Amino acid sequence: MAALVELKGLKTYFETPRGLLHAVDDVTMSFEKGTTMGVVGESGCGKSTLGRTTIHLLESTGGQIFYEGEDVTHVSASRLFKLRQDMQIIFQDPFSSLNPRFTVEETLKETLLRAKRATRKTLDAEITKLMDMVGIARRLRMSYPHEMDGGRRQRVGIARALAMNPKFIVCDEPVSALDVSIQAQVLNLLQDLQVEFGLTYMFVTHDLSVVRHISDNISVMYLGQLVESCPSETLFEKPLHPYTKALLSAIPSTDIHNRCEQQIIKGELSSPINPKPGCRFFNRCPHACEACYQAQQLREIGQGHFVLCHMAEKLQADIHAEACLENRTGQMC
Amino acid sequence: MLDTKNGVALAEEDAVKKQSQIKEILKRLCKNKLAVLGMVILLLYILVAVFAPLIIPYDFAEMNILEKNQGPSAQHWLGTDDFGRDIFSRILYGTRYSLGLGIGACALGLAIGVILGCIAGYFGGWVEELIMRFCDVFQAIPGTLLAIVISMLLGTGFVNTVIALGIGRITLNCRMVRAQFLSQRKLEYVEAAQATNCSKVKLMFVHILPNAISPLIVNTTMGIGGTIMMAAGLSFISLGVRPPLPEWGAMMSAAREFIRYYPYQLLFPGLAMAFLVLALNLFGDGLRDALDPKLKN
Amino acid sequence: MQHNEKAFLSVRDLVVEYTSDNQVIHAVNGVSFDLERGKTLGLVGETGAGKTTIAQSILRILPDPPARVRSGEIWYDGQNLMELDNNAMRKIRGAQISMVFQDPMTALNPTMRVGAQIADGIRLHSGCSKKESLVRAQDMLEMVGIPKYRYREYPHQFSGGMKQRVVIAIALACNPNLLLADEPTTALDVTIQAQVLNLIKILKKEKNTSMLLITHDLGVVADTCDNVAVVYAGEIVESGTLEEIFDNAAHPYTLGLFNSLPNMSAGAERLRPIAGMMPDPASLPGGCSFHPRCPKATEACKTERVGMHTISGTHCCRCNKVPVAAGRGEGL
Repeated sequence: MAALVELKGLKTYFETPRGLLHAVDDVTMSFEKGTTMGVVGESGCGKSTLGRTTIHLLESTGGQIFYEGEDVTHVSASRLFKLRQDMQIIFQDPFSSLNPRFTVEETLKETLLRAKRATRKTLDAEITKLMDMVGIARRLRMSYPHEMDGGRRQRVGIARALAMNPKFIVCDEPVSALDVSIQAQVLNLLQDLQVEFGLTYMFVTHDLSVVRHISDNISVMYLGQLVESCPSETLFEKPLHPYTKALLSAIPSTDIHNRCEQQIIKGELSSPINPKPGCRFFNRCPHACEACYQAQQLREIGQGHFVLCHMAEKLQADIHAEACLENRTGQMC
Repeated sequence: MLDTKNGVALAEEDAVKKQSQIKEILKRLCKNKLAVLGMVILLLYILVAVFAPLIIPYDFAEMNILEKNQGPSAQHWLGTDDFGRDIFSRILYGTRYSLGLGIGACALGLAIGVILGCIAGYFGGWVEELIMRFCDVFQAIPGTLLAIVISMLLGTGFVNTVIALGIGRITLNCRMVRAQFLSQRKLEYVEAAQATNCSKVKLMFVHILPNAISPLIVNTTMGIGGTIMMAAGLSFISLGVRPPLPEWGAMMSAAREFIRYYPYQLLFPGLAMAFLVLALNLFGDGLRDALDPKLKN
Repeated sequence: MQHNEKAFLSVRDLVVEYTSDNQVIHAVNGVSFDLERGKTLGLVGETGAGKTTIAQSILRILPDPPARVRSGEIWYDGQNLMELDNNAMRKIRGAQISMVFQDPMTALNPTMRVGAQIADGIRLHSGCSKKESLVRAQDMLEMVGIPKYRYREYPHQFSGGMKQRVVIAIALACNPNLLLADEPTTALDVTIQAQVLNLIKILKKEKNTSMLLITHDLGVVADTCDNVAVVYAGEIVESGTLEEIFDNAAHPYTLGLFNSLPNMSAGAERLRPIAGMMPDPASLPGGCSFHPRCPKATEACKTERVGMHTISGTHCCRCNKVPVAAGRGEGL
């Protein structure tokens, strides 16, 4: 399948008084049509910046962005206008992502008219259609954001993104701020919409259980760099990068009978400002060595499995040895 | 059980009440009793100002030396001043000037200040720097002094005084709006509007400004009282509105030398101003609450 | 109902209301539970269930008004906290019962040095000198994994995870017998969460502290708790040991929670969320508060008040549709 969106060596740096902040550093990713790429990482890894740079809400500092084969890294205002109809975003915070002074109707109306998806005459019908599509009760049409709970607000945000009739949507932690039962509703909705409209998602989150459920492929980011990228199941069965393993191990499992020894990584994130070359995880990595000081290369270790670590092969060999002892239910130790 | 799509109930097609925003705001305002009181008093003043020439018992400039400095009586409800002019008529007519100066100057300051503040707050960079330094310069000059200087340059009269007082209010509004913009600009709904191709102008004035305007409303309505007082100051030093026009401040200034003997000459215009300022404050507070949909209850 | 004299903490029929704008919000509606010495009880529920209100009631730090404890008893170590006066309560707060709050960003005073914030509590409860309290504060910092010399720094110089460690240091500084932890790791990254939970577990074991852990994360519960109580709309709808709840969840809400989880075992194509939303605490539905969302609801559920039924041993459930252990009467 051809890639709908491709990122090649994408960089986003910010000038700060203390130096150059490498928010996104040399990230290469490919999004196939109709699939979901999960981008996971903790705070400060640059995943939100990546999402926003991809849809031109932030300016990239280097690298390239391709849409349907066309280089759209630097585009004219008119091309950007059209591009924005194809590439949309759903935000994390249902509180601040809606204008507090606009009712549901006003929020959607504005977007529909701008995208020329409706005329004044067809506006009402289109709004109703959108609301039904995302499951917002019709009686909430004239409601303000503060009158609705988080789940409903998020649906309005989804409706707004859909109003542009996009092909590619960056979902920036869309369910992180929601309660567990509402999360499930919204995740189901996103999956249904993907099937119905053939959408492609970049699903940014810190929650690994959510990303496993919804993604076809997963990319793990740490301090602006892409450290591991592979199909979803591979990540959970055979993670190679030490950070990925630590991340998976840190998640408290709900299986009370198969409690594994958690690998607690020590230390804190190093600074993303003027980072030294070499692996950024080395100060917390249990396998750190001299070679980690050199710049690492993203290499393909298995089928579609990319890792940014010179020890990847050795660690892979270790995993084969551990496999005999590993619990077969898919829980990672 | 609920008829659900993804767990959310879809109600039947309710009659969508297209309630206009203005009606909503008025409804909320009317629930606040103090605000209603303020509105009523303010309305009275406005009516007086509008119909003044029709309701005053005496001409405000009509002098009658024989009846000068008389206390309140059946003939002259609030007494007469040093020139024998009826104070009641002068107060009623003076509503025009005081209200007009106050509202006019504040409106001018608001309009220009808001536009400058929007531009500064939204664009940032050198545009913001330029505008803010411009504000700094103007704010370094004491407000009254600034009004005096501009008044002297432009001359006396109603319109000139409005301009003189209005200019002093620009920087205040500009700063406030810019500060609001700085905090609103970071919110995700602004990014969302950008992502859906909203033009810069629309983003500034349709999206962000309504969320930024709340503190300004209260500030402006309270500011009207202060502006009225400053107008009085100008009139005192023969700038502003010249006699025999019955501007309250001028009346109060003139009455100062008689405070020992005829205190009512100072008292009545003062009370008139006090009630007006009170009404403005009550109304301003209520309006701010009514405009903020988050406080809707 | 008699409180359990053997339990270390025993809450009985707690009812808390908030009044706002002539509306009464029923935040907590008759909550009862026990906590034994040295054990951890997990209070699980979603936003608005009333868990934080319960914790704040125990410490008596509810904002009064608009909150009001209508009725209920909280027995701690033989005394009813509801009957104590302010002075007596002050001696208990911080010294015997401590709280760790959710958001480390706002839980610390930004204008006070970190060491001073820890030392304050120590000085207040032990009456030692300023110098000595600072020394003990430094010891606490070391215990939570922060270098001693950092006691002179301000909160903004610490990351989120470290701030939460400082909050824990403050909470444990006076060796409390009971620790109330209100979503202590929700605002933290998962690797930092692992560090902080690990720390809490170690310290708890060392000092034999009992803990009431409030959370919405079932994974955290599985990792740290001995007993679980599920809270919904201000009531406890199911309670029991960890195994009883995780292996044999009975209440439809608890089952719904487990089904909503996109848990780590792959395969589920579609999540099975609970339909609808938590009811508005200002207007709770009659009968069982869960009936509008319950797949097993019947007509009776709409009108009948439901008590707790014992299923087995310590496992209780507030549902009329769940088979009750024969011969047992009402539980809590």
